[in-house]
Amino acid sequence: MAERSFKKEVQQLRIGAGEEFRGEGILAVTKALLQSGVGYVAGYQGAPISHLMDVLADAQDILEELDVHFEASASEATAAATLSASVMYPIRGAVTWKSTVGTNVASDALANLASGGVTGGALVIVGEDYGEGSSIMQERTHAFAMKSQIWLLDPRPNLESMVQAVEDGFQLSEASNTPVILQLRIRTCHVHGRFITKENKRPAYTLSEALESPKRDTGRIVLPPAAYEHEHEKIRERWPAAVKFIKEKKLNEIFDEGDIKDLGIIVQGGLYNGAIRSLQLLGLADHFGNSRIPIYVMNVTYPVIDDEINEFCKDKKAVLLYEEGQPNYIEQNLNTILRHSGSNTIISGKDVLPIAGEYTTAVMRDGLQKFLTNQRPELLPTLEEKAPAASANGGNGQANGNGHDQADMEVAEVTRPKPAVKEQPIHFQSFSKEISQVVPPRPAGFCTGCPERPIFSALKLTQEKLGEHHISGDIGCHLFSVLPPFNLGATTMGYGLGAASSAAFNVKSSKRPISIMGDGGFWHNGLASGIGNAVFNKYDGVIVIIDNYYSAATGGQDVLSSRANNPNRSTNNPIIDAVKGVGVKWVRVIDRTYAVSKVQATFEDALTTEEGGPKVIILQSECMLNKQRRVKPQFNQAVKEGKRMVKERFGVDGDVCTGDHACIRLSGCPSLTIKDSDDPLKEDPVAYIDNTCVGCGNCGEVSHAAVLCPSFYRADIVHNPNKWDMFKSRVRQRVIGFLQSRRSRQLEQISL
Amino acid sequence: MTSQTTQNNVNPIKIAVLAMGGQGGGVLADWIVTMAENAGWWAQTTSVPGVAQRTGATIYYLELLPEQAVKEMGRQPALALMPTPGDVDLVIAAELMEGGRAIQRGLVTPDRTTLISSSHRAYAVLEKSAPGNGIVDGNKVIDIGKRAAKRFLCFDLQSLAEQGGSVISASLFGAVAGSGALPFSREDFEATIESGGKGVKASLKAFALAYDVAQNAPETPDAIDTAPPQRAVPDTAKHPRVKALLDDIRQNFAPAAQPMLVAGLQRTMEFQDLAYGKEYLEHMRGIHALDKQYGGEGKNWALTTAAARYVAVAMAYDDVIRVADLKTRASRFNRVRDEVRAKPDQLVYTTEYMHPRLEEICGTMPTFLGERIENSESLKRWLQPLFRKGRFLNSTSLTGFLMLYGLAGMRRFRRTTLRHKIEMQGFQEWLNLILQTAPNDYDLAVEIVNCRRLVKGYSDTHARGQSKYQKLIRAARNLSGQNNAAERLRTLRNAALADEKGSQLDALLEKGDQAFA
Repeated sequence: MAERSFKKEVQQLRIGAGEEFRGEGILAVTKALLQSGVGYVAGYQGAPISHLMDVLADAQDILEELDVHFEASASEATAAATLSASVMYPIRGAVTWKSTVGTNVASDALANLASGGVTGGALVIVGEDYGEGSSIMQERTHAFAMKSQIWLLDPRPNLESMVQAVEDGFQLSEASNTPVILQLRIRTCHVHGRFITKENKRPAYTLSEALESPKRDTGRIVLPPAAYEHEHEKIRERWPAAVKFIKEKKLNEIFDEGDIKDLGIIVQGGLYNGAIRSLQLLGLADHFGNSRIPIYVMNVTYPVIDDEINEFCKDKKAVLLYEEGQPNYIEQNLNTILRHSGSNTIISGKDVLPIAGEYTTAVMRDGLQKFLTNQRPELLPTLEEKAPAASANGGNGQANGNGHDQADMEVAEVTRPKPAVKEQPIHFQSFSKEISQVVPPRPAGFCTGCPERPIFSALKLTQEKLGEHHISGDIGCHLFSVLPPFNLGATTMGYGLGAASSAAFNVKSSKRPISIMGDGGFWHNGLASGIGNAVFNKYDGVIVIIDNYYSAATGGQDVLSSRANNPNRSTNNPIIDAVKGVGVKWVRVIDRTYAVSKVQATFEDALTTEEGGPKVIILQSECMLNKQRRVKPQFNQAVKEGKRMVKERFGVDGDVCTGDHACIRLSGCPSLTIKDSDDPLKEDPVAYIDNTCVGCGNCGEVSHAAVLCPSFYRADIVHNPNKWDMFKSRVRQRVIGFLQSRRSRQLEQISL
Repeated sequence: MTSQTTQNNVNPIKIAVLAMGGQGGGVLADWIVTMAENAGWWAQTTSVPGVAQRTGATIYYLELLPEQAVKEMGRQPALALMPTPGDVDLVIAAELMEGGRAIQRGLVTPDRTTLISSSHRAYAVLEKSAPGNGIVDGNKVIDIGKRAAKRFLCFDLQSLAEQGGSVISASLFGAVAGSGALPFSREDFEATIESGGKGVKASLKAFALAYDVAQNAPETPDAIDTAPPQRAVPDTAKHPRVKALLDDIRQNFAPAAQPMLVAGLQRTMEFQDLAYGKEYLEHMRGIHALDKQYGGEGKNWALTTAAARYVAVAMAYDDVIRVADLKTRASRFNRVRDEVRAKPDQLVYTTEYMHPRLEEICGTMPTFLGERIENSESLKRWLQPLFRKGRFLNSTSLTGFLMLYGLAGMRRFRRTTLRHKIEMQGFQEWLNLILQTAPNDYDLAVEIVNCRRLVKGYSDTHARGQSKYQKLIRAARNLSGQNNAAERLRTLRNAALADEKGSQLDALLEKGDQAFA
């Protein structure tokens, strides 16, 4: 069960030809796959393409109707290898993952796939998680395309172009026997837009047909001498075929109605809208892409088409290239092309734009301004009068909520429009610096009631007792432990590599290393790379596996050990069986992570035991986000039906709390917050639990384990109390009420 | 044909929504899109959810263009996917600091931006986890916002949402409608909520509440009142002997210190009894006299006011007897019901998380007994395991309640307990230091009083605070007679409050050792 349900949205996948589709980019891409007659789809979830996987999972019946096979792959490597079905058979296949992390994992299979080449169209849809909000290292997918010779599509970020790119991608792949990567940036994946649909198509050749009449061709297998030949074939046959197709089908677009003929702009398709906005902000374009400077849009960013570049640059004094990320592969390529053809056109790119970092509209505008200043300064809108309050003291380097530094926000000149184009006067940032002193950062963190929080509370307490240890982190929700208030974890090397990244620390020491991985990472590759490796090398450290029943960080998809009954997948395969199966002897399972003291004791045991070999601790509790989604409607329904139901939640007695906030430093739960004490004798705010509390019990357990304070209480709210409840309540009320009123009278006597 | 003639001058409306994960920023963005599309506009929205789903800050960005313009051009617009600083018409922030973040990011500009921000606070983890008071001053955002935005609407949309039984996206939507910042009618807005089909009634109610407030919003938002409410000194008290004490305060103490003295008197009487309250006033009388003698009048009675608070806190220390008393009061039972929003037909059981250590148990024993255990390693070894685990106590059950009630009743023996002896020793030392210091350095004496702020919490936390406090008192003794002593002690105290372990304090002390010598 995924975090977001697309049951309603997937109905749009059924709409017939000629109708208007309105919705999110990623849903449009799914529709495009069906329109292209895809035979199978696979992938591994992760932002920003988690939704694509969730959409496909929710569209299972539609896929079955069309004879399309869908798999949730074990990893991106599995997904990439799945494309091997298109090597020998004319079946269109698409796989998807988060890039560049997923592309790293997949690149072994991708390289082999690209070497032998494909018969059916093979499309890799990567969600490029680059720039603001990204949770991964900043790298370019472009490099993978170049090294394996896979064509790279980077369409303009509107639904029409994206849908077209899917169809074009399959055709290009088939025309050149080469896999194709379709790169979609994160904002593109989530953009809301519209396009006119086509009829869904059944695959022309199905997987079962292939199985019934298997084919093999040693020339396509990556084994010498065929492998030597593949490299030549790539250059001799596939590259020219691709170039021919791209040129004939005009996959790249030229918008050259502009009147400024001696300049030009070359832009990666995905950056097109930003480029238009940068032109518009300087009065050189409107909001429909009508630009005074001609634009060449590279919807295909690899390979670069030499002829098109030469043609576009002909008679141009200078061309500005918008190429995001580094190294500047395209810029180098363009320069090579132009030098070979003897052109004098200047290619301006990273000389006027930042070498690294996201190309936001502001960055692109500033780059364009520098470019024009160098080439045709008279084109820049001029300052005719002082705009009001044009206090231009650039506040740069300000931190946003995710801790990213915004790229330099240089001051834009306050500009006035040229005739006919309206220019936006820009007043810059005069308040940025001032307010930066005030606004606190707001990093992401564990959700309310997250079962992983108590684990890190326990680990923090363990370290308070046994001293600081080396902790290797992993990818997943649990990596939020790196942030306040836990501040735990030293490295993160990749998904499922938590245990593997402690491998070197397999030496004698008074303190054992600790590694952490989630169930998602464990099944992704942690079982082999981490656990298996540790057993084999007689690793002496502690490996913590957090089993929250889902691949939670990517949106709550099922994994092998999930507890859900998934009709299409085999779940309920316990992690402990796998761990023991590869030879781990010391394993502890705690099936309620909220038992902070118990978790702490287990950590201490694992860190101090005499036993050799890896010490594996499996900590299980259901992801609270998913649990609430599952349980809440059931609870409300039961209450409605008049059943006796008990809801738990926690509270803090404000008059008992002394305002030290030690509980918050050990928890960080969003529902555990602070408020004014209303007590003139207390200067500091007191702890307070708001109504978002889900009653997980972590704060109470932490206050027990850490011997914090007696202010916490758990309130059991009994809905529809039964007769026994009412009887007890009456008896209690009589005694308690009597004593309470006695005390009240005493207090009243001394009240002021 | 040159492009100049074909260029279209229509400008999109640019909207940024700043929210925290889980606040429904996406719902709000989708509502605006649906409304705009139904009203014949071309709408684009996008966002970067990513890890921001998990409580972090995130931005949704929208651009709206009249559909008519799109038809005239015959091609789809190329709208931006992210806001450009200085180029946003409407900023909607679901929390005050997120409004601040919008300003920080340059999205709010005086020539064109309407900024609608909820004034409520969801504290960031750094604010919450500070050992003292880490809350950022929201009025700074309001002050800057007034200058940064063309129009700034700021009011508590969270509470309006709750009043309507809905969530903040609904009240934000209402505020946008009420502000008139978008060219859509109230009916357009409401129809959008209705078409959503989920929680419509509650959403519409929250919408309407916010709509009205936004319609009547002042030119510039009011500052949030963060000053602690000034308590009035009551005229009289029920009990004649309490009234006598009250009259004592009214007649013999400076008015500036009276509210705090009343609070202190109340606390000490509740803690123990009337006689204890009287004792409190006697301590205060001494301090007040000193205050008067050494220029308190010119300093707004700083010494008396500060001491009125901390003498009471020191005398009414947090022990298990007090906790048991607070937990068993009728008012507390009602407060819990209110806080968890229990309906009249629901029962509420309360389980207390208590973890008394052997130290606390010894503390409630008569001095001779408590000391005997504490001084005997073998007894401690034998008893300690009994107190290793936390206890769950159902204070709404008869046994649980009677246990706590009985414990609270031990109040009458409190003066003979070990804990009382220890507390009073420390209290007396502190008091003496204040009395000694005030004649030479009034300001330093005030700071010494305020050092008591460090003593709080229970068990380990208490021990940690106590040790920081001891360090401060030692430093205070060393500082006595030196230049800027008060200021230096204040610096040290702030450092002590800055982090849990007291490493900042230690660093300062280490650096300052020579200065103090």
